[in-house]
Amino acid sequence: MVRFPFSAIVGQDDLKSALLMTAVDRSIGGVLAFGDRGAGKSTAIRALAGLAPKSVVVADCPFRCSPDAPAGLCALCEGGGTLKTRTEPAPVVDLPLGATEDRVVGALDLERALAHGEKRFEPGLLARANGGFLYIDEVNLLEDHLVDVLLDVAASGVNVVEREGLSVRHPAQFVLVGSGNPEEGELRPQLLDRFGLSVDVRTPTDVKERIDVVRRRDAFERDPEGFAKSYARKDAAIRRKIETARGAIDAIETPDDILEACTRLCIALGTDGLRGELTLMRTARARAALDGRSAVKIADVRAVAPLALGHRLRKDPLDDAGAGVRVDRAVAEVLS
Amino acid sequence: MEEALARSLAVGEARWADAAFAAVLAAIDPSGLGGLSLRSGPGPVRDLFLEEFLDLLPEGAPVRRAPAHVGVERLVGGLDLAAALAEGRAKVERGLLAEADGGLLLIAMAERLDRGAAAVIAAAIDEGVVRIERSGASRVDPARFLTLMLDEGEEAHERPPATLLERIAFQIELDAVPWRCVAPFSVDPDAVQAARDLLGAVSVTPEMETALDGACRALGAPSLRTLSFVLRAARASAALAGREAVEEADAESAVRLVLGARAAFAETDSEPQAEAAPSDPQNDQSPEPADDTGAAEIGTLQDRLIAAVAADVGAGLAGLEAASRRRRASETGAAGEKTAARDRGRPVGSRPGDPRKDGRLDVLATLRAAAPWKRLRGAGPGAPTPVRFRDLQVKHFEHRAGSAVIFVVDASGSAALHRLGEAKGAVERLLADCYARRDEVALIAFRGEGAELLLPPTRSLVRAKRALAQTPGGGGTPLAAGLAAAHLLAEQEAGRGRTPYIVVLSDGRANIALDRTPGRPQAMADAERLAKKLADAPGAALFFDTGPRPDPRAAALAALMQADYRPLPAADGATISRAVRSALGSA
Repeated sequence: MVRFPFSAIVGQDDLKSALLMTAVDRSIGGVLAFGDRGAGKSTAIRALAGLAPKSVVVADCPFRCSPDAPAGLCALCEGGGTLKTRTEPAPVVDLPLGATEDRVVGALDLERALAHGEKRFEPGLLARANGGFLYIDEVNLLEDHLVDVLLDVAASGVNVVEREGLSVRHPAQFVLVGSGNPEEGELRPQLLDRFGLSVDVRTPTDVKERIDVVRRRDAFERDPEGFAKSYARKDAAIRRKIETARGAIDAIETPDDILEACTRLCIALGTDGLRGELTLMRTARARAALDGRSAVKIADVRAVAPLALGHRLRKDPLDDAGAGVRVDRAVAEVLS
Repeated sequence: MEEALARSLAVGEARWADAAFAAVLAAIDPSGLGGLSLRSGPGPVRDLFLEEFLDLLPEGAPVRRAPAHVGVERLVGGLDLAAALAEGRAKVERGLLAEADGGLLLIAMAERLDRGAAAVIAAAIDEGVVRIERSGASRVDPARFLTLMLDEGEEAHERPPATLLERIAFQIELDAVPWRCVAPFSVDPDAVQAARDLLGAVSVTPEMETALDGACRALGAPSLRTLSFVLRAARASAALAGREAVEEADAESAVRLVLGARAAFAETDSEPQAEAAPSDPQNDQSPEPADDTGAAEIGTLQDRLIAAVAADVGAGLAGLEAASRRRRASETGAAGEKTAARDRGRPVGSRPGDPRKDGRLDVLATLRAAAPWKRLRGAGPGAPTPVRFRDLQVKHFEHRAGSAVIFVVDASGSAALHRLGEAKGAVERLLADCYARRDEVALIAFRGEGAELLLPPTRSLVRAKRALAQTPGGGGTPLAAGLAAAHLLAEQEAGRGRTPYIVVLSDGRANIALDRTPGRPQAMADAERLAKKLADAPGAALFFDTGPRPDPRAAALAALMQADYRPLPAADGATISRAVRSALGSA
């Protein structure tokens, strides 16, 4: 299936930059795109698959173990002696709404069990997404028990399966990407917290932009291959940019006054815990890296603050101002 | 009288002609236009439409019918258990979505469709494929189909899920069409095929694109999908006429057919479009036209397009009102009860157990449990898998299918604003609270001569805020009308499988009777009658007496309703939401 090319997406600047920054630094922890219907949230997210950076994985490992993953290796790789590795693009795996728990976490391979009475584990979507991105469209409609599983695995980076007489554990480190429409209901706060960045997606109002979106969509549907090909070079350029930024990010300097600004901003907004502050700093660094700079500037913090902090504010039913407005207000006060 | 009849016949004929035209356009460009929804009770008019519409589809195109209570399993597909048992291999059974590929998916009683099922269908429409990740099966199948939703909703808020309405071009209303007005579509199948072949070559001028975009936004439908539908419908219309360029007549039809219903609904309820629409589209459309005359032309073209809809919106509203007035037939209620009796809980996995005592046997999980022991139990390859009692797995359902909290708020008199304000606070708190995720909240206010559903059942905080932003207060106290509205809504919600929970905020002093006449004795008698009726309605109730002093009349009403009575002279949102939450928790 040909995907809509990332570089052909019109507008959506916040969403695009959030996706790029999280591709540069996976520890930022994923993106949640919440907003208007028909604004092209899922198109942009699925297009990320065409740009996903390459990563090194153990050849033949069913769980896509990475030799230097912090969460360790699966039992197979652990006892496997010298590991043969190969390089492949990070996967973008869809978790469809109708999925059942056995396919998400993995379960007994039914065919082998029925035909041969053999007990073998069939890895699920979490294994497939290891080292890559796990995408859930309409994430606020995901069944509760699947949310529980995701929360658990996302926190530990390890998927532990104890079912049907099987006992398996394997690394499952993925960047969670979700999209949804707030009209369908709120997101569970614990799940909301797992997303590093959140983007408020709005339908564009500029006539030219709107017509461009529809025209490109049309052109893509008429000739998907041809259309994708005409944007292949632009996509490749973005991929190179991500890879360069990934290489450079560890060397990027974060001056003390920037760190202090991050802290002050989080205090002013009353965000709970350290996660907000950490994400804010990492995202600002990723932005600097994508920009080809060697140090973080205050402008980086200003630009990414709504993305990193907007969904971490305490919900206040009596404050009608949107989260974005509240963050902007605090940015204006603290970073002036 | 004669004149009225002639007018309604003229409206009916125009409506039928539009419906037929929309059907033809959808058949010409199924992937671009997505499909249609048909708001109409069952009957000969709808039957004829369906028959004619099916004739437009290419020969041999599959037609799959999904009932409103269709499960995700059936839509998506999964493991073929029969094959797994008989042949000992895992074969994937296709679901309705994959089976409808290249044809039509028909959703019956779409206004009752579960939002989970709707989201699964929406995902297939977006991607043109269905992703199966169920019960051991993992596969991607093509699923490109037209969607036809049969909408039998009666109240304005009983509509197919917004996720699906957003993804189809046409919302057709047939309720106002008398039988005398209908006729076969009179379209040559060859003409439809010829239009399909021509479609790729049809072009639209940039001026026309701009004008159509302006029309979308001016009519409160800013979604980009809608814009795409309007453009596609205009092209299909040109193709049907055998032209390679979209003319104004095509654009007019497209705007009327795609935007007519959307504009009507934007006015009757609080869909987000209404607010997001710029109030003055002329000002912020700035494609920097080459010269002033260009801009003026676009402006006037856009005005003409909008005018084509404006006339129709009025008719649509009239039709809607007529539909709302029709009383709910007793058969419909019975059907609702039946649906509720079925187990609507969500399966949340399986545990070992005895199906005779604990519920439904999960065959797949049982097989999984038995399979590893196959060889130990002495069965060779190819032989059936022996199953022992301890292998049996029972499906567990989440029984709490969700509640519908229905606030009935006294908006009359001087304390109205305060009471409404606190009720709104309670609604927002309940929705903001994560424990209420599965619950929906609705709000009915009564004042003056009657009751009004200000907030149809929703789970969305965003929607609630918008719907409750401006609520009027003052006037008499038609308590009976408020209770009647609550009763109706409670029954509807029970029919959707939810447990209604009615929360009344009033001092119990009714002074407007059901027939809208003032007078305390009759008003109280009506209120008592309805309170008694509510006692028999499904679900539970809570009565907050908001009078300055507890009033025996309010307590008596609460007793008749079999509601929990609480005097609460200084109603505040936090107390109310806490009380409701604890009541829900113990239910």
